[in-house]
Amino acid sequence: MGTILKRELSSYFNSATAYVVMATYFIFSGIFFTAICFGYNTTSLAGVYGNMFYIIMFIIPIITMKTFSEEKRQKTDQALLTSPTSLTEIVIGKFLGAFVLFAACCCIFLVYAVVISFFATPDWPVILCTFAGIILLGAALIAINVFISALTESMIIAAVAGMALGLLISFLGNISDMLSIDWITTILEKINPLNYYTNFTYGILSIVDIVFFLTLTGLFLFFTVRVLEKRRWS
Amino acid sequence: MVEVKHLTKCYGDIKAVDDISFTVETGEVLGFLGPNGAGKSTTMNMITGYISSTSGTVTIDGSEILDNPKETKKKIGYLPEIPPLYVDMTVRKYLEFMFDLKKVKLPKKEHIDEVMRLVRISEQSERIIKNLSKGYRQRVGFAQALLGNPPVLILDEPTVGLDPKQIIEIRKLIKSLGKKHTVIFSSHVLSEISATCDRIIVISNGKIVADAKTEELSTAVSGEEKLSLEIEGASADVISAIKKIPAVIRANKVKSMRDNTAKYLVEYEKGVDVRRDVFSAMARIGCPILNMQSGNETLEDMFLKLTTADQNNYRENGGNS
Repeated sequence: MGTILKRELSSYFNSATAYVVMATYFIFSGIFFTAICFGYNTTSLAGVYGNMFYIIMFIIPIITMKTFSEEKRQKTDQALLTSPTSLTEIVIGKFLGAFVLFAACCCIFLVYAVVISFFATPDWPVILCTFAGIILLGAALIAINVFISALTESMIIAAVAGMALGLLISFLGNISDMLSIDWITTILEKINPLNYYTNFTYGILSIVDIVFFLTLTGLFLFFTVRVLEKRRWS
Repeated sequence: MVEVKHLTKCYGDIKAVDDISFTVETGEVLGFLGPNGAGKSTTMNMITGYISSTSGTVTIDGSEILDNPKETKKKIGYLPEIPPLYVDMTVRKYLEFMFDLKKVKLPKKEHIDEVMRLVRISEQSERIIKNLSKGYRQRVGFAQALLGNPPVLILDEPTVGLDPKQIIEIRKLIKSLGKKHTVIFSSHVLSEISATCDRIIVISNGKIVADAKTEELSTAVSGEEKLSLEIEGASADVISAIKKIPAVIRANKVKSMRDNTAKYLVEYEKGVDVRRDVFSAMARIGCPILNMQSGNETLEDMFLKLTTADQNNYRENGGNS
């Protein structure tokens, strides 16, 4: 697992991927931070975090698109699958690689909190709670996108499918508003990750929200292992 | 020791590998021969546990690949048809990664240095794999398979795309490795297999069509031995004289040449040596032998015979692949 994680990180940081992703993240979060916190004279980062979903939605598929599709295409999966390292270790190693890069991006928020502290007292519990929220949301999205990458040999398809899914999630709220059928609306609200994420940005740390994201992450990592396993048997 | 029993792989209705069984003893170099698409790579992928078998078992030194994958995989070094290289890494970084991935317990730096020396890529150790030539990439793939000194080496067409000098080097390497390891290596180039292997398995359309020691393969397939001769003298006399020798089954003129000379092909029973008899018979009728060569049927002829005959059978049986 540690071996795969190390290899993933070195592949991100030895290519432009890590830098482009981090730069994108920093630029947009900086714009939101400046526009919202300075524009409205507030110490609350809730608005910044809320908008960040639209950025995460694009950069996570970029981070994860290569994880399994490229291995399959370059036939390097033959080295992985014929080694004594188990599939679970491989999947978790790859997930953690993407997750560490994403977490590194998110650390910029702590810098913003420090910036705020020069002008006013930041609400640290809320900031840390929101930080936990974005990390958990990221973990779930990474797991889903790693799963998508395991389904295809083309990293372009993996990226586009991941982004399409992100867009769908962002429209989920609007869709459930438009529909007047109660039970569908209820289901859509229950499965919409943004609803759970929003709670974090308000500073509400609830066990339900945490469990939701952790379950989503675990479930999709499990699916990824199954998909890779299934491919060997068909 | 590698034991393969009734190995079968189906892709939908197509049987890529059909009930293959063989055993390779420790220290044996086995050549796996077949035309492209015969099922060589599929078989090797099953032996190494990259894909599962539809039915049948692969046992390596007593542990089975599907029951105990972790332990079994440690015993195998695999070089697939396309070397599984991460082209963005340097040779040393890549080998270090593979070393960790294979969970090798040997001293890391020394072992990697030793393997790089063995396949002669020490000078390339700091270069990025992307920039290496095909021959060097193949060697890096080879080095990767050798990490951890696995008792079994599976090499899928290790010499494809190399220049003649590199091919000879790789062959030498395989031969020297064969002393300590069990080696299974595939190729569709016959001369290569016959130069390197102790034993040859010929596979065609997913089935084993021949399994014999290299030197015996030709006779094992035809069931009789052959002698090719070049003799000066009247053909009728020569043929009748040869036919009088008891062990001879057939004697034919193959080609007339100038100066009253012709080429003949004599087929005789297995296990008998008729060369001396032929010599005395020709001496008696006063026809000098200009050239005598045994085992006229080359491995190439035999290979074609085996693989095409099988295809004909296959068509007759209504196969559709």
